[in-house]
Amino acid sequence: MSSMERYISKTVQHIPPSGIRKFFDLVAQREGVISLGVGEPDFVTPWHIREACFYALERGYTMYTSNLGMPELRQEISSYLQRRLGLYYDPATSIMVTVGVSEGVDLALRALLNPGDEVLIPEPSYVSYAPGTELAYGKAVPLRTSARHEFRLTRDELAARITPRSRVLILPFPNNPTGGIMTREDLLELVDIIVDRDLMVISDEIYSELTYGATHASIATLPGMFERTVLLNGFSKAFAMTGWRVGYACGHPDIINAMNKIHQYTMLCAPIMGQVAAIEALRHGEPEMRRMVEDYDHRRRIIVKGLRDIGLDCFEPRGAFYVFPSVQATGLSSEEFAERLLEEEQVAVVPGNAFGASGEGFIRCCYAASLHNIEEALNRIERFVRRHRSGQARAAGAGSR
Amino acid sequence: MELERKLLKLYEKDATLSPTQVATMLGVSEDAVRQAIARLERDKIILGYNAVINWEKWGEDGVSAMIDVKVTPEREVGFDRIAERISRFPEVRCVYLMSGTYDLSVVVHCEDMKDVARFISDKLAPLEQVQSTVTHFVLKRYKQDNFLFEDKEEDRRLVVSP
Repeated sequence: MSSMERYISKTVQHIPPSGIRKFFDLVAQREGVISLGVGEPDFVTPWHIREACFYALERGYTMYTSNLGMPELRQEISSYLQRRLGLYYDPATSIMVTVGVSEGVDLALRALLNPGDEVLIPEPSYVSYAPGTELAYGKAVPLRTSARHEFRLTRDELAARITPRSRVLILPFPNNPTGGIMTREDLLELVDIIVDRDLMVISDEIYSELTYGATHASIATLPGMFERTVLLNGFSKAFAMTGWRVGYACGHPDIINAMNKIHQYTMLCAPIMGQVAAIEALRHGEPEMRRMVEDYDHRRRIIVKGLRDIGLDCFEPRGAFYVFPSVQATGLSSEEFAERLLEEEQVAVVPGNAFGASGEGFIRCCYAASLHNIEEALNRIERFVRRHRSGQARAAGAGSR
Repeated sequence: MELERKLLKLYEKDATLSPTQVATMLGVSEDAVRQAIARLERDKIILGYNAVINWEKWGEDGVSAMIDVKVTPEREVGFDRIAERISRFPEVRCVYLMSGTYDLSVVVHCEDMKDVARFISDKLAPLEQVQSTVTHFVLKRYKQDNFLFEDKEEDRRLVVSP
């Protein structure tokens, strides 16, 4: 079969294949794998939310909604944000419902970027920001974060990477894959640079409800930042609703209007079934959500202690449901570690470099897994690390002779 | 107190957790957990630990029945004394005082229907305070103590996702 590649647009050709995809193919061929490699809750959507969707379908809720999303849902989102962050977004003009936060990221980038504009993206982070930037003809500029700073974005790093072409800063906190968060104080450090350099911020707060021993802070609440921020959030993580694909974007009416222009011609609206379920989640889902968060917290402590006991350095993640231990002690790269761990012990984790170059030397372990599986995975990782450490010690010994 | 409450919530869902696990999960010392458990057991707040078993699947299903019992309360002790007497029969799994048209709801589990009938005619109905009984046999169990008997929700997630 002849290659059709020359017909593919240069922009798309230029996007590298996903590092996760490659690993997924490796894992999918195997059986008996314990997976700490997922990026979603292990809970199924709470029953009352699913039930609300059945009921809506029975009553014939199968049509388009307004482009911005159902007014009742936007109203609930507005009340929720007022309750949680103390911010008021007008449901008529400042909130739009998107197909997951993924669409929100895409819309915001396309609405804000002119060709060649630079987007500052902290790394490691979720995999779609850089490709999304390129699809919007922008240029992705990685900002390094490090274990030393618990993967926070520092003022120095931001200042060092800004150029006259910088236009957007993405703030993906609480962070996937590191579990790092930015406190209000951490965010305050950045504000004057953002304002001075006239940057817009896309704040992806999808993990905002999943914080432990700390309250989520949104940069939109800081002085001078409300209008500069496009706040993105959704239902996937907090309410265990990944497959429903419902998110939302909030911001200045001009920005939301611009995003909606793209949305109406490309997506039209988010699926109504998901929107109806999201209304139920916001109206009655908080107690169940709190229980899930408490449960994650228990497992978080088990896995952090387990990894540290094994001898893998691991800062205490205070957000999302990931831990990001260093595997440098084993002398293996992220990918070697993940591939061999899968091969030798049937445990799937995601190599840290899949989330950007500064993830090299780390692996992402998701603790949205049963306690039993987490403990079994820890046993296997311990065996694996012991084996590779002694191998490394032998090699080092041989070298010095 | 807060620790004890958290412990109870955890053990209510899974009584197999070890004190070591619980200590890590709650970020407290193992000693604190052991002491709290001892206290809760001593005070009979934790009454015991048992497994929820699908006996039918195992092949020994037996027969369960819920019996609505009307009784005559007694001076000073009300329903308590008769309820306690009924509770002591080993066939009896649960006893509740109910509002409404009858007084006690008694759940029994026996080997077969004859055993249930014998329990009612020989032991329960002859009790002096018992005025009447109405027996409902359990046909099928769907959920017990928070566990679904046939849970169709499996982990269907992709094994690796971003």
